[in-house]
Amino acid sequence: MSSFYARLIARTPKFDFVGKRIFAFIVTGCIVAATFGSIAIKGFNFGIDFAGGLLIEVQTTDGPAKIGPMRDILGGLGLGEVSLQEFGATGRDVMIRVQRQEGDEKAQLAALTKVKEALGAGYDYRRVEIVGPKVGEELKQDGILAVGLAVLAIAAYVWFRFEWQFGAGALIATFHDVIATFGLFSVTGLEFNLTSVAAILTIAGYSINDTVVIYDRVRENLRKYKAMPVYDLLNLAVNETLARTFLTVATVFITVVALLVFGGEVLHGFSVAMLWGLIVGTYSSVFVALPVLIYFNLRSGADREDEEQGTEALP
Amino acid sequence: MLQFPKWKIMMVLMVSLFGLVWSVPNLLSRDVTDRLPTWLQPVSLGLDLQGGSYLLLEVDTAYVVREMQANLVEALRVTLRKEKAKYSDLGAMGRDAVKVRLLEAADRERLRPELRKLEPEAEFAIAEDGLVTFKYPEPVMNKRIRAAIGQSIEIVRRRVDELGTREPSIQHQGVDRIVVQLPGIKDPDRIKALLGKTAKLTFHMVDDSVTPEEAGRGRVPPGSMLLNSAEQERGLPAQYVVKKRVEVGGDQLVDAQPTFANGQPVVSFRFSVAGGKKFGDTTRENSGKFLAIVLDDKVISAPRINEPITGGSGQISGSFTVRQAQDLSLLLRAGALPAPLQVLEERTVGPDLGADSIKAGAIASLLGIVLVVIFMVVIYGVLGLMANVALVLNLVLLTALLSVLGATLTLPGIAGIVLTMGMAVDANVLIYERIREEHRLGRGIIGSVQAGFERAFGTILDANLTTLVAAALLFQFGSGPIKGFAVTLTLGLISSMFTAIMVTRLLVSLWIKWHRPKTLPL
Repeated sequence: MSSFYARLIARTPKFDFVGKRIFAFIVTGCIVAATFGSIAIKGFNFGIDFAGGLLIEVQTTDGPAKIGPMRDILGGLGLGEVSLQEFGATGRDVMIRVQRQEGDEKAQLAALTKVKEALGAGYDYRRVEIVGPKVGEELKQDGILAVGLAVLAIAAYVWFRFEWQFGAGALIATFHDVIATFGLFSVTGLEFNLTSVAAILTIAGYSINDTVVIYDRVRENLRKYKAMPVYDLLNLAVNETLARTFLTVATVFITVVALLVFGGEVLHGFSVAMLWGLIVGTYSSVFVALPVLIYFNLRSGADREDEEQGTEALP
Repeated sequence: MLQFPKWKIMMVLMVSLFGLVWSVPNLLSRDVTDRLPTWLQPVSLGLDLQGGSYLLLEVDTAYVVREMQANLVEALRVTLRKEKAKYSDLGAMGRDAVKVRLLEAADRERLRPELRKLEPEAEFAIAEDGLVTFKYPEPVMNKRIRAAIGQSIEIVRRRVDELGTREPSIQHQGVDRIVVQLPGIKDPDRIKALLGKTAKLTFHMVDDSVTPEEAGRGRVPPGSMLLNSAEQERGLPAQYVVKKRVEVGGDQLVDAQPTFANGQPVVSFRFSVAGGKKFGDTTRENSGKFLAIVLDDKVISAPRINEPITGGSGQISGSFTVRQAQDLSLLLRAGALPAPLQVLEERTVGPDLGADSIKAGAIASLLGIVLVVIFMVVIYGVLGLMANVALVLNLVLLTALLSVLGATLTLPGIAGIVLTMGMAVDANVLIYERIREEHRLGRGIIGSVQAGFERAFGTILDANLTTLVAAALLFQFGSGPIKGFAVTLTLGLISSMFTAIMVTRLLVSLWIKWHRPKTLPL
């Protein structure tokens, strides 16, 4: 019984991934440069989690929302920047974002009262979120701390389980993924909030998963083929694991698309980021994490490990 | 080689059974689950899914300190007046001390023991120039602040309980924060209003030596203060001059209820025995004068004392609406907050949106899992089917784990489950690809299968543990719904390792034993 997949990939492919590394590094460099450029020029569209302010999701109780008049009413309240956005299929859902109010936490609560009074009846308040300036600042710090620590902890773990060369490669690749995802948020203006931090950490986790699978094979091949040049060895490892990479990307892709299409408004930003992260993470495993190993002296580490194992085997 | 020890088979069966039993309550209606024992309950839903309100409150600790200083200043004033001592410069000093200057040298030694007694916990000193200082040491300040926070939590709990909300949760967070979670609350405005009031009720004598107008021009007698009236518009004085001295405090109340008097909503209250006696004494000594009823530094009303009130109970009238009378009596019953609270963060989700989110999450999960299942069968045929059994069991186990651990399922948590479904088959993909490779290197079917499972194990472990590192940090630093995401991701990874490695292996071994395939079905 031979399945469709067996016919699809009958032999181990022989793509020269490592040979394309200079081109890949240029692409990577461009992504990183574009990210920093965009952050410097555009910055982020911070959601209220970090910027503070109000987010109010209303649904009209009868008929589609009249967004123009709503905008006029709320714009005239003197609450600073107020943005309205329609979403959903029925045309009855409107997301209202009000910038952080000058002054302390009480000013934010007062703004909500003003909005409710101005809109009057006819609206169902489906979601209200208020974040004061104090909490916004703390959440921002926690988010930065979480991402920074995650990148370091992942690299440390890989270093601990493999060799320093792999740890360094993982560090570079994970940094790349995190930066590229920041870039997505900055370039597209996708709202950056707490869920975005969750997306970044999940992407880092997913990408390192991918990287570790390839690294694992590199380590195995280092032991198996002692005479093979590192260049060929790296290519072999990534080609051997290519089918797995392809399949796993496919299954995760399926679930992310399901989330994107059916997950609803709240998860939209998260799903978009995950989709991007899936591409970036897979790219970085194959084109960043793997080829950088060629610049580190891989053999020395592997030989040492073999010697250690050799001594252990002695009685 | 493909033999499975009996205990391993038993373990897989036991774990599967556990998963089935503990996940079943999630399929039952609420009426049924309410009758189930507490150890067999469905996953509790986060506020973003069931609807409700999350409030992050902060206790104003600076106020606690200021109150401490103000109380000591008042106590000093009363004592010094009683002793007929001459003094100046009475007041707070810095953020942790109180000072007063005794002008007559003779008083310094005469009053030392008595003053010292006013605040035994403070560092007490009388300088050469007669300056008396009380300095609160750091530990004493911290102790009092902690006590005030503990008391605040208790008062918040009482107020929320009085409103009769379903399963509220009130927790201490960090140093001076209180998290209030109120499932099912659609509009937290009333609760916010109630929590925003300190509800400090005090009775003071009105100082009739000056008019409020004179006092407004800066001539407030020492020991008195100028307070606003709670209701500005109804033909009563806008301000009152009242003595700072508290005749009776709200802490002496034992009950307060909204009632009607002359067709008007009023609040009737009852004092404790000690409070009633004090109130009786005050009203007896001050017959014919005015008694100000002060709530949060605003005068609700200031009726004339016509006769001594010795019954230990009374009424507060102040042109309340029925709702205001209800709220005031609720606040008085629950007691005063030691310091004002501020709402730092509010997140409210209506029940409709919550239900929509559950629906969206369910559709996304179902669709994700169905597509992955089809994909696996297309790619791996019969072995894909076995991976799918493991995948479904993974979902069952994950649900059971979430239920047993009492974890809270949030919308990002559902996203975590959906993602886990995609990532869980990765372990199977790794194993099957390895089997295929080993077979291509010339191993027999059984040899390939065995080598595939064994060699892939290390890779699976390393790959999943690194992801767990990220999930653990997410749990540590995430808040609310994000924590829920970290929880499902972590538990999903753990249960997927079990199902992919143990369950699939068992199924594949049994299948090979029964079928004895001639070619590798991959």
